[in-house]
Amino acid sequence: MSILEVKNIQKSFGKERVLRDISLNVQQGEVLAVIGPSGSGKSTLLRCATLLEEIDFGYIAYGDLVMARSEGNNERAVYSAAPVLRQIRRRFGLVFQSFNLFPHFSVLRNITEAPVRVEGKSREEAEQQARALLDKVGLSEKADAYPCELSGGQQQRVAIARALAMQPDILFFDEPTSALDPELTGEILKVIRSLAQEKMTMVIVTHEMAFARDVSDRVIFMDDGVIVEQGDPQQVLENPQSERTRAFLSRFSHNG
Amino acid sequence: MSWDNVLNTTEQIAQASLQTISLFSLTLIFSLPLGLLMAFCRMSRIRPLSLLMRGYLLIMRGTPLMLQLIFFMYGLNLPFSRFQVAVVAFSLNYAAYFAEIYRSGIEGVPVGQSEAANVLGFSKGQTFFRIILPQVIKKILPPMGNEFMTLVKDTSLAQIIGVAEISLIGYQLQQTFVSMIPIVIAGVFYLLMNSVVSRGFSMAEKRLGYYR
Ligand SMILES: Nc1ncnc2c1ncn2[C@@H]1O[C@H](COP(=O)(O)OP(=O)(O)OP(=O)(O)O)[C@@H](O)[C@H]1O
Ligand SMILES: [Mg+2]
Repeated sequence: MSILEVKNIQKSFGKERVLRDISLNVQQGEVLAVIGPSGSGKSTLLRCATLLEEIDFGYIAYGDLVMARSEGNNERAVYSAAPVLRQIRRRFGLVFQSFNLFPHFSVLRNITEAPVRVEGKSREEAEQQARALLDKVGLSEKADAYPCELSGGQQQRVAIARALAMQPDILFFDEPTSALDPELTGEILKVIRSLAQEKMTMVIVTHEMAFARDVSDRVIFMDDGVIVEQGDPQQVLENPQSERTRAFLSRFSHNG
Repeated sequence: MSWDNVLNTTEQIAQASLQTISLFSLTLIFSLPLGLLMAFCRMSRIRPLSLLMRGYLLIMRGTPLMLQLIFFMYGLNLPFSRFQVAVVAFSLNYAAYFAEIYRSGIEGVPVGQSEAANVLGFSKGQTFFRIILPQVIKKILPPMGNEFMTLVKDTSLAQIIGVAEISLIGYQLQQTFVSMIPIVIAGVFYLLMNSVVSRGFSMAEKRLGYYR
């Protein structure tokens, strides 16, 4: 069974149709890279998948749990009841472009707060887990620091640890390195790469083409609210079939 | 003024300061939570509710507190003592100012904060009280400090409906003794109260200064 199943979803903001008929499946252990020009709807897709936006039409399910579905062809999507949505929220995590750490909590508390408050874990257990995660992202000595005392790259690594603490089935990243100085992107990419080696299921919106090619099992190229092309990274990035994909990629060829 | 009269004046003003301090404290106890409620109404997506609250805030902030006191005292015929009427009027008035401060504070917290909390599975209540409100409090401390200090001084308006607070007593004693000393003593009492308030806010700001 796929971890995430998206069928024919549509989303508009006012008159602007931002997602038009997107369908997509993510399998256990798969790493998906989503690329595309600015305004093509990549963030909106992730936000719809993570319950930050509501779709207008279509179907979204996480494994056996249906998040939203349209009954007929032109029926607006109906969302499942709150308890189901609560269960679904435990299945995904999201890492934002701008980190969004809680500034008033220490690094450790940023990671433990949700396991304690949402999952009802004991503080000791949550802290033990948080320290293990900090170790994994290479920040064990920063447990007691506050987010404002960290570099952007360190903040983003804490944000990844915070998302992992909820043990999601799938982790979404929305341009995790775009807010960082170029010399700091490497440390984030390294963490994501190590997650990929552990077979963490991930959907990564990125502008780092070389990284997308390296780490992903499949690349999706989005433009204007549709998936224009998808497939093997080698294939999509080096030998794109669509004119639009070629035009988009040619902008990256200069700077690698 | 004789030394005895100075002592006597100080004692009377100290007495009156209890009224002032009670009015100040009770106003805060009622208006701080009430203001938060008003801020929620003001920011509500239910259009009529938010419009109604806008109108209320405009009236309370757009007309003098002194007129509001007179209105509450003689216009509404509430079954309350003068002091109680003052508490009601002050609370409703200050809640309006606090509502606007809360609102600007809440709007000043990046949406990413509640979105991150939402994705982590926090309930609406947890998100507000554990994630948003602490950041709001830090942001609004300076304007709140101003408001608290203004309230200390504004309590003197309660004399218009006959509450025996510091200014009224100071004024009466000034008339009795034909001396400025009671007025100066009254002023010193306000100054003392406000230095405590100001000190409190500096300490709070320092305590919350551990993060940005
Ligand atoms: N909350 C919103 N209200 C109105 N319009 C929105 C909203 N969010 C996104 N949009 C619009 O939807 C379109 C797609 O935005 P989206 O953020 O999904 O693009 P993107 O592919 O992530 O772009 P980028 O690469 O710049 O991040 C844009 O035209 C944007 O203006
Ligand atoms: Mg985006």
